[in-house]
Order: sequence, then structure tokens, then C-alpha cells
Amino acid sequence: MPVTDQEIRLLHEKACQLRKDIIDITYWAGGAHIGGALSMVEMLILLYYKYMNIDPKNPTWKDRDRMVLSKGHGGVGYAPLLARKGYFDFQDLKEFNKFKSPFGMHLDSLKVKGVDASTGSLGHGLPMAVGMALGARVQKQSWLTYCILGDGECNEGSIWEAAMAASQFKLTNLITFVDRNKLMIDGPTEEVMGLEPFADKWKAFGFIVKEVDGHSFSELSAAIEYAQSEKKGPVVIIANTVKGKGIDFMENQVKWHYGGLDTELVEKAKASVDRMAEQAMNLKN
Amino acid sequence: MTEGLTWTVYDADTMTQAEIYGEVLCRLGEENPKIVGLSADLANSTKIGKFGKKFPDRFFNVGIAEQNLFGVSAGLAKTGLIPFVSTMAAFTAMRGVEQVRTDICYQNLNCKIIATHAGTSFGSAGTTHHCTEDLAIMRSFANMTVIAPADGIETAKAVKACVDYPGPVYIRIGRGFEPKFYENEDYDFQIGKAIEVNEGTDITLICCGVTVLQAAEAAKFLKENDGLSVRVLNMHTIKPLDEEAVLAAVTDTRRIITFEDHTVLGGLGSAVADVIAASGKGCAFVKVGIPDCYCIVGYPEDLCSHYKLDTDGIIDKVREVMNMDFEEDDDWEDEV
Repeated sequence: MPVTDQEIRLLHEKACQLRKDIIDITYWAGGAHIGGALSMVEMLILLYYKYMNIDPKNPTWKDRDRMVLSKGHGGVGYAPLLARKGYFDFQDLKEFNKFKSPFGMHLDSLKVKGVDASTGSLGHGLPMAVGMALGARVQKQSWLTYCILGDGECNEGSIWEAAMAASQFKLTNLITFVDRNKLMIDGPTEEVMGLEPFADKWKAFGFIVKEVDGHSFSELSAAIEYAQSEKKGPVVIIANTVKGKGIDFMENQVKWHYGGLDTELVEKAKASVDRMAEQAMNLKN
Repeated sequence: MTEGLTWTVYDADTMTQAEIYGEVLCRLGEENPKIVGLSADLANSTKIGKFGKKFPDRFFNVGIAEQNLFGVSAGLAKTGLIPFVSTMAAFTAMRGVEQVRTDICYQNLNCKIIATHAGTSFGSAGTTHHCTEDLAIMRSFANMTVIAPADGIETAKAVKACVDYPGPVYIRIGRGFEPKFYENEDYDFQIGKAIEVNEGTDITLICCGVTVLQAAEAAKFLKENDGLSVRVLNMHTIKPLDEEAVLAAVTDTRRIITFEDHTVLGGLGSAVADVIAASGKGCAFVKVGIPDCYCIVGYPEDLCSHYKLDTDGIIDKVREVMNMDFEEDDDWEDEV
């Protein structure tokens, strides 16, 4: 069932909370990969609050849907989501990046409940997600594997090795997202190492491509439901996003790939997130 | 250890290590539905293809894509399966090594990597296909177990043992010209436990892989011709190393030479050296292997001879070390 207006309102509230959580953790940690965490918020919120079949009380439940955050530097956005879902206490995240903390900036699946794969080195997540999807097939299990890639990450050859395999093995139980925020550490993706024609590349590798506004719950929802029902081949959802989304002074700014916040900036950032949430709820998408 | 299987039917005179591995894996696959197989366009060369033919739904050939090979293996292991992954050692320990380290070892996953064409066993192929660095690389990864079986029979023992041995395991075998050392499987093989294949008190030769046979032959010759009592240890497991066996050799023989089809930097010899150094006891010690260079081209037996890893080379090296000027008193107390 596609998202209803009522659901969208709730999802925006969750997204607003997650953005504020990201701000708080970035402040506590002294710095984090905040830009790319903010761009994938809607994808994570929609998957975890509407689509994924999970049980936070039983994080290793064998029939759960899996998530591989291939863009592992998005940990500062993923960890608070898991906390709010009940995998662990949100206050634990005051230790994010700290000495002896279970939470490094790239999350460790052996230390953080709810994390299905340790990621951080780019180009590793999609191959592991392919393996998980094959594992479900071998064991005749019906759960799904979701994988979120960064766009800059798609410079890595291993992503395309995995894409070939997903297509060869006709993995319709794998749903891949690319957070297409168009920026990487050294600048715009098309200046550093161009990805376009990006959708055509995925099509050439045998994927069915859905391009959506990655901040629109209704567009993301339609794409996810299409991917869940598609049985001809693997689907990739290219989610066009804005790096730093929701914080006006960070949006589309290369320098906010990684950064820290002082108390003054925290207040400015949260005010910006509130304004964004208000606008989003009026638009109802 | 899987019960109820016997492994004595191999014709070790005609089957290579890899062929025996393929056969063993097929039998293990019948017993254990959790075993899956993967290769990267080397299903035939590595002999895991035999498993693939028998269990097509449990075998994945990912093409010539080793990074993906090990990443996919990690994903499969995450779902509770036991992936056996085979490609050449060079493409395991180098091309796909970050995935081995970060996806498999860091997450302590139950992947069993059986790497073929290790050391100089594909000698005529040249440096691109030699792999004289894998022991050093693999043993540096936390959680990893590293095994170099002496021959085909021991490959069967190691493959069988690794199924129920928790965590990632790396087993390196040759290309197919490795002579047999063991006649059958009627001996005790335990991961992490050295096997004394020849008793001795004058000097200890610590070996793995193809050098075990050569050292055992050398020990026989030296007994008959030089009257030397040479201990030979089959140190099939490089990690976790059997430190007790090394310390016993230090105490009992006080002269140790290591022999390995691998660079002398970071492999078996270095692992043994760490234990000797930490013991605080004096010991004459030499590492023999491929020196700090890229191995020359040639057939494995010629390379073995060139790098003094054959029987003649080992005999020469033992005589050299026996002639080293080294304090021979039996009293450790004055040295501690």
C-alpha cells in the first residue's frame, strides 16, 4: 500500500527528529559525515517505519529484512535511527566516536545492534548485499535485502562487479538505492569522476532503474513497491537528493561532507530543520 | 569434526591437492547443506567446480571479479551459510584482500578460503601468478586462521577440520605438482597443533607445505650419513602457531631452521622467530624461503632447488647451522 497523507505527516515528523538527532550527535562527536547522512534521511525513515520487516527486540531474527548501508560513512544518520527504533538507548550515542565507544563513525556490525554489515570502505556493501540475497535464495527464505549506495561510491569497480552479479543471478530479492546527492569529498561528482549517464549505466548492467526525488516519501514509496513486486530483474532506485538536506547553510556545500558544529550552529541548524519540516508537511509528499 | 566420514580412498599418487579438495568438498556438501561454494572463473582450475556440478543451486561463479567474490562470500556467511571460496592465492591475498580483511575477518565470518597455486607452485607463469606473500598477509589479519597443508592427504584433513572450526580460515595449496607425504589419513591432525614427523635432538626443522617432505627426506639422509638427530615439525598451521612446539624445540635442540615456499619476510619463519625472541632463550636460527625478491620463472621442482628448499638444499643448510659457533651449555639459568 502506497503511503497515505497521514503516514507522510508522521514520516516527516520522524525525519525531522532524525535530522535533529544527527545534529546532536555531530555536536557531541566533535564532527561527523553530516552532509551525506542528511541526504539519505527519507530513504531510511521510509524503509524502517513502513517497509522493513524487523524486530528491534530480536536483532538477529533470521527472517528479518536486511539493510546494508554501503555508504558506511552515513553511520551518523543510521545509528540514531536504530536507537529511535529501539535497538539501543539514544543516549548511548553521546559516546559516538569516543574512546572505547562501540560507535565508530563507520558502524561495526559486531558491536552495534541492528547493523547487518560492517561498512565504511566504499564499494563493499553491494557485494555483501548480493551475498545476503543469494543466501536467502539458497535457504528458500523470503526476506528482502536493501542496500543504500553513495553516488561517489559508484566510482568503485567492485560496485559494478556486484551489479553484474545481481543481474546475472536475477536477484529480485535485492533492492538497491543510490543516494544521488551529486557531491563527493573533492567536489561535484561530475567534476571529480563523472557518473552520467548514470541511469543508462545501471540499465546496461541489467538493472531496472527508477529515478525519484529522494526526499519525496510518495515517490520513494511508489518506487519501493514497484521494486518489491518486480520479478524480472534487480531494481535500483536512483534517489536524487540534496547533500546536507534540511540545513540551509549546508545544502549542496562540498565542505559539509564532514564537519563539526558549535552551539550556535546547532541552534541555527535545528531552526532550519524545523522550517524544512513545516514546508514538507504542507506539501504532503 | 564431521563424524561418520572416512577419507582413505584417495589415490594420492595421482590426485592433486586441489582434486582431493574438490572431492572432499563434495562429500562434505552432502553432509552439510549449509556449505556453499564460490569461485571467480577458476572453478575448474581450483577444482571447486566439482562441487558446483554436484550442487548447482549452492555454487556461484562470479566471473573474473575477486573483490565481489569475497564480498559476496561475506554476505552469504552473514545469512548462516558456510561459504568455501576458491581462486588462486595471488588473487585472494592481493586482488581481493581488502574484502578478505574488512568484510570477512573484521566481521569474523565463517568463510573458508581455499587458495590454489600458492607459493611458487605456478612457477612457469611468472610473478603475476606466484604468491609468495600470502602467509604474511593473511596471518596479519585478526580472527584469521592460516593453514598450509603438507600434501593432498593433509589438504583433505584440513578442509574437513575447517568446516566446524569457527571463523575465517585460509588454506593455501599448490597447483598440482606437489608430491605426497602422507600415505593415508591415519594420523592426528588438529588445527594449531604441530606434528612431529621425525624425532630429533640436535636441530629442529620447522616446515609447512611442500617443504615437509623435503625436510623429512633430509633428516633421514643426515641420520645415516652425518649421524645427526634432526627433528622435523610439520607446522601446517601458521596461525594460531603451536608456540609450545617451538619452545620445546628451543629447549631441546637449540638450533632451528624454518623452510617455506614463501618469502622469508612475514611468513612461517617470522612467526617462529617471534616466539623464539619472546622466549628470552638463546637459539641458533635461520629462515629459508624465497629471499626479498620476485621469484624467478621455472618449474616448481627447479625453483625449490634454486631456493634451497629441496632435500639437497636442506641438507646443506643443516650442516651450515650445525657448524655455527653457538653456546652449547645445558644450563639456561645463566642466560635468563
